[in-house]
Amino acid sequence: MSIMTYRQALHDTLRAEMLRDQNVFLMGEEIGVFDGSYKITAGLLAEFGEKRVRDTPIAEEGFTGAAIGAAMLGLRPVVEIMTINFSLLALDQIVNHAAKIYGMFGGQAKVPLVIRTPGGGGQQLGATHSQNIELYYAFVPGMKVVAPSTPADAKALLLAAIRDDDPVLFLENLSLYNTKGEVPDDDTPAEIGKAAVTREGRDITLIGYSRMAHVASQVAEQLAASDGLDIEVIDLRSLRPLDRGTLIESVKKTHAAVVLEDDWLTYGIGAEIAATISDGAFDYLDAPVRRVAMAEVPLPYSKPLETAALPSADDVIGAIRQTLDAVGHRRR
Amino acid sequence: MTAQTRTPRKKQNAAARISPVTAAGRTVEDGERLIDFYRRMVLIRRFEERAARGYTQALIGGYCHLNLGEEAAVVGLLSALQPTDYLFTNYREHGYAITRGIDPNRVMAELYGRVDGVSKGWGGSMHMFDIDKRMLGGYGIVGGQIPLATGVALAIDYRGGHEVVLCTMGDGTTNIGAFHESLNIAALWNLPIVYVIINNGLGMGTTVEKSSAEPELYKRGSAYRMASERVDGLDPVAVAEAAGRAIDSARSGKPFLLEVVTERLRGHSVVDPAKYRSAEEVAELKENDPVQTFGARLVDEGLLDADSLAKIDEQATARVAEAAAFAEASAFPDVSTLFDYTYATPVPNDSRRLPGQPLFEPAPIPEQGAAR
Ligand SMILES: Cc1ncc(C[n+]2csc(CCOP(=O)(O)OP(=O)(O)O)c2C)c(N)n1
Ligand SMILES: [Mg+2]
Repeated sequence: MSIMTYRQALHDTLRAEMLRDQNVFLMGEEIGVFDGSYKITAGLLAEFGEKRVRDTPIAEEGFTGAAIGAAMLGLRPVVEIMTINFSLLALDQIVNHAAKIYGMFGGQAKVPLVIRTPGGGGQQLGATHSQNIELYYAFVPGMKVVAPSTPADAKALLLAAIRDDDPVLFLENLSLYNTKGEVPDDDTPAEIGKAAVTREGRDITLIGYSRMAHVASQVAEQLAASDGLDIEVIDLRSLRPLDRGTLIESVKKTHAAVVLEDDWLTYGIGAEIAATISDGAFDYLDAPVRRVAMAEVPLPYSKPLETAALPSADDVIGAIRQTLDAVGHRRR
Repeated sequence: MTAQTRTPRKKQNAAARISPVTAAGRTVEDGERLIDFYRRMVLIRRFEERAARGYTQALIGGYCHLNLGEEAAVVGLLSALQPTDYLFTNYREHGYAITRGIDPNRVMAELYGRVDGVSKGWGGSMHMFDIDKRMLGGYGIVGGQIPLATGVALAIDYRGGHEVVLCTMGDGTTNIGAFHESLNIAALWNLPIVYVIINNGLGMGTTVEKSSAEPELYKRGSAYRMASERVDGLDPVAVAEAAGRAIDSARSGKPFLLEVVTERLRGHSVVDPAKYRSAEEVAELKENDPVQTFGARLVDEGLLDADSLAKIDEQATARVAEAAAFAEASAFPDVSTLFDYTYATPVPNDSRRLPGQPLFEPAPIPEQGAAR
């Protein structure tokens, strides 16, 4: 066990996997000479050379597609798309090709591809550079989408993604890169498709992923100290497949849930979670499932506006209190 | 289509198009090769006609795009490819599949959506894929195959292999961003790939002149300092030779752009009556029919006669009838296999729910006052 940042965990895992398997190689804009836009790949060009750390032209569709093709022949490319916003230019290659090739050709070719890309707002990057659109990929059968919130999961899920024979969108988050945590030394991959109960409790279930799983844990600790609340926290970890069973088991115990999401509310990930809970635990609910999500605007640049649009810990605390009020009302 | 941008075929003497492999210096093997070209062209012709029939009989569904008029291009191109090389095409690919050596029975069965189809009935007309023959699709998204093919060339290069990728596309496809991104990448990284533009003059109903600001499409290679060439796609021998040069170049690490000027004899797909084409144009198409002209040429050269022409035709017709019978006898895939190909690596919580099924078994309603 060592303490390290989320960034370091990603870097070390990429490096270890490249050492382990000659078929693993990296592609993306500015990942080599520039060391990566967020320095995840720092030093890897010097160590592995241009063949295995490929700086690409600014051509998301072209190089993502090329990675898919290389994967069809059994290589295991790990593509970095600078931020998830730019993955839109590769949407056709990801949705219409990576996610389809295995099924559409009757299982004759696999696509063992990883696309690493950070989401996240709150850095005054404006409307086009602050989106959380992982939903687009989580919507598509044939894709797997994972979203680690801790350095330990960054490692374990990246190991799983690289060793998996399907295309995996690996969602990182700008605000998590510098967060620290314990990371096991062994290289046991996580199980894609499994959520984690990161804190057990009886009063209410908080559900989040990526940055919002982090926020959920913080809020739970804070309310335990201030109000003596016993909050259960679930980190989804995998958006597709979605671990519905873990959600339902939790809500059957707590009878209430708040979903935290960094994307927009309408049609968002939280809508799927709420529908799942309604399907699987309707009779156990003491209050409607509440969603805390981003305001539905193209995110403004100006700081006060940006802050107002993004979900905060206070928003979550408010939603929890209101939900528990409703629970109290119903249980009377 | 105007003479200045398309090969002025009409004014071209048919004999002038005959490659150096003419009567005088021709060996027996050369003669056999020409006859083999013709045989393959006729097989595509009859196969596609049969596919059109199957479509109108509702035995084939979806979209159905035919290689009619492109037989010489298909046969010439694939004759230059080694069995270990890789082929990527678009949705107009039945001819490529059978010429690449995939059993016509399996190609027809794919059209019929049957379990014995090349893609097990999961792909249909636009998505023929055979890993053994190294035909890596069949793609319905215009331009979608181009980045993938580039990536396969990258994988070959990565492993130090000597295979080449041949990636075909239509003329209209050269206006897609993926085309330009891919050519740039292949040229930068010296990848072993030949991009082939099958210029049949039309993207659905839009002419090359209306869609491409540089209608001499092979010239687009120059933007990437990529060697390029244009060849008459009605002459299988010329195509074979040009493809040979292009493939040699690619094998030595110099990607190549080859434009094959050909014809689309019918509509964009089986259901398109192509009313946007003038009577004069249609008459010209008939005159240029590559199967007819190549057959006549082989007769002129004394390689074939009326009897042997008829025999080749009969054989093709019989082969295609066999394929249709095979397809019809093949079973539809069982619905129990619906979830077989969502993921290659199974993971927990993968949904296997049919549309009418609930996510969860309906829960018993808790009794009044039940303890929680
Ligand atoms: C991305 C995309 N846009 C549009 C279409 C619809 N479409 C199918 S074929 C075609 C024309 C393509 O023309 P060309 O590249 O010349 O190929 P051809 O059909 O002549 O062989 C179009 C527009 C599509 N399949 N994919
Ligand atoms: Mg065309």
